[in-house]
Amino acid sequence: MMKKLSRFRRRKWAAPALMVVSLIGLGTTFSFAAEVPAAQTSVSSSQSTQVQEGKQIFLRGCSSCHGLNAEGSGIAPSLIGVGAAAVDFQVGTGRMPMADMSQQAMRKKPVYDAEQTAALAAYVASLAPGPAAVTDASLSWERDGNVAQGGTLFRTNCAMCHNFAGQGGALTLGKYAPSLMGVDAHYIYEAMITGPQSMPKFSDKTLTPAEKLSIIKFIERANTEPALGGAALGRVGPVTEGLLIWTFGLGLLIGVSVWLASKAR
Amino acid sequence: MSDIQKFQDPGLPEHVHRKSDIDVDAEKRAERQVAILFLLSAVGTVGTVLSYIFIKSTTFIYLPILGNTNAAQLGLGVGLAASLFFIGMGAIHWARTLMPDNEVIAERHEFRSEEKDREDFVVTVKEQAGSAGLGRRSLIKRSLGLALGLVGVSPLLLLRDLGPLPKKALSTTDWKAGTRLVVDPSGQPIKPSDLEVGSVAQVLPELPAGTERTLENTGTDAVLLIRLRPQDFNLDAQRLSWTHDGIIAFSKICSHMGCAVALYEQQTHHLLCPCHQSTFDVTRAAKVIFGPAARPLPQLAITVDADGYLVAQQGFTEPIGPSFWERSS
Repeated sequence: MMKKLSRFRRRKWAAPALMVVSLIGLGTTFSFAAEVPAAQTSVSSSQSTQVQEGKQIFLRGCSSCHGLNAEGSGIAPSLIGVGAAAVDFQVGTGRMPMADMSQQAMRKKPVYDAEQTAALAAYVASLAPGPAAVTDASLSWERDGNVAQGGTLFRTNCAMCHNFAGQGGALTLGKYAPSLMGVDAHYIYEAMITGPQSMPKFSDKTLTPAEKLSIIKFIERANTEPALGGAALGRVGPVTEGLLIWTFGLGLLIGVSVWLASKAR
Repeated sequence: MSDIQKFQDPGLPEHVHRKSDIDVDAEKRAERQVAILFLLSAVGTVGTVLSYIFIKSTTFIYLPILGNTNAAQLGLGVGLAASLFFIGMGAIHWARTLMPDNEVIAERHEFRSEEKDREDFVVTVKEQAGSAGLGRRSLIKRSLGLALGLVGVSPLLLLRDLGPLPKKALSTTDWKAGTRLVVDPSGQPIKPSDLEVGSVAQVLPELPAGTERTLENTGTDAVLLIRLRPQDFNLDAQRLSWTHDGIIAFSKICSHMGCAVALYEQQTHHLLCPCHQSTFDVTRAAKVIFGPAARPLPQLAITVDADGYLVAQQGFTEPIGPSFWERSS
């Protein structure tokens, strides 16, 4: 096998081909490594109340970082008073439990199902009062939201981190504001009232619930907006456009000029 | 070292004939290739026309990597690109393979004029200058000098059109003692209880009734209001007295190049400017901890008025935004 391969090592295309193969290899290795181990939780049905159920899940899955009484530790914040909304957001979007101690918990396949998440939320809410979880059904953004107002509010309050089209962007030291595309409305709402991770809170008095619905409607509209002008290239503006034209565009031009200047045989 | 030989012009290398010059089959093949390239261009043009007529502008197709792509735009783009690219490619392939490729040398002539022409020129100039009387008629010469000299004056007037001087506009904002902080864009005044710990609000000064807010106003007045736990502050006594109950206010205009600084990380209390990554530490009065900014963001002193609403204690104590020539520090 190696001998067969090594015959080609002096060919013109050998170096680029090797580069492509190793890049693909590197990428796929990382994507497999980032896969989250499947959840293995079996909530015993003998527990009578949701809160007790939640406490059991908490002790098994969360207490090693957040402390046995959710009081927090050097590596994880206290959960007393964060409310059901924060739990629903963090666990429901798969951010918690974290897969590793990286700069930021990222969105991934949730480890706990809806029922377990609700139990966890009920337990954390029982520790101290905090914002309650919201459901998509309770958010009438479709009916009450105003896209134009939402756009103005989004550009004033959200766009600096999440990009003008909700595509997300970089923060300091490896942290980032995630893309808002394809996020359920109630998670967006919960993020605004609980301020997860780097994100600040947006109080109901300075950004009223009605205004929050408008923001959600704007984001959902941006999400479904077709790219009528051709390939959207991630909707982040000149960065990807420039990258594409400087690599593929110029690469094509260089290739053509080499062909132009070569002598026909 | 005299035995070094003078470098001889090696002349042209021997002409190598192309395959299409010596092989009839190769010539036919090259001819076919050129024709195919031109035909591809024709196909591209037809494709452009057909996609313009028949594909609806709202049709989307799925492509690997690119994702959902507008079919009409794709058809127009690919068709037009093919129709132009293959004309060029065909023409060049034609020239490379079939048109004569003999090397030709065109000698360059000498630039210097011949000796006789040069002498004649001098004689002519001297004769003509003498008969035109350039040495006499000083009135004409002086008036011409005046005219030419004055021509330079009128462009100087254009400098005035560079605009009026900014005067104090760069160092003043609409913030004054007692100006209420209102939410951008709703215009609601804010009470300290409206802000939870860890929350932010984008605020502007309340303008006197009847004044309309312009983009220019917003561009200089924009302020970010942040509420922290009071024990998180690491401020001197004066700056601490500029905060209210854990609420601190900074100009949003970056002291480096004037971008809006509002990327607030509520866990680290860092403020990040999206343009050049200047990072400010909110707990230490927006001290610059990373990036090209030279000064902290100006802090706005705030307090509450008799009705309990947040107001400015005074205007900004320094000009907001980037440096300018007349800035004192």
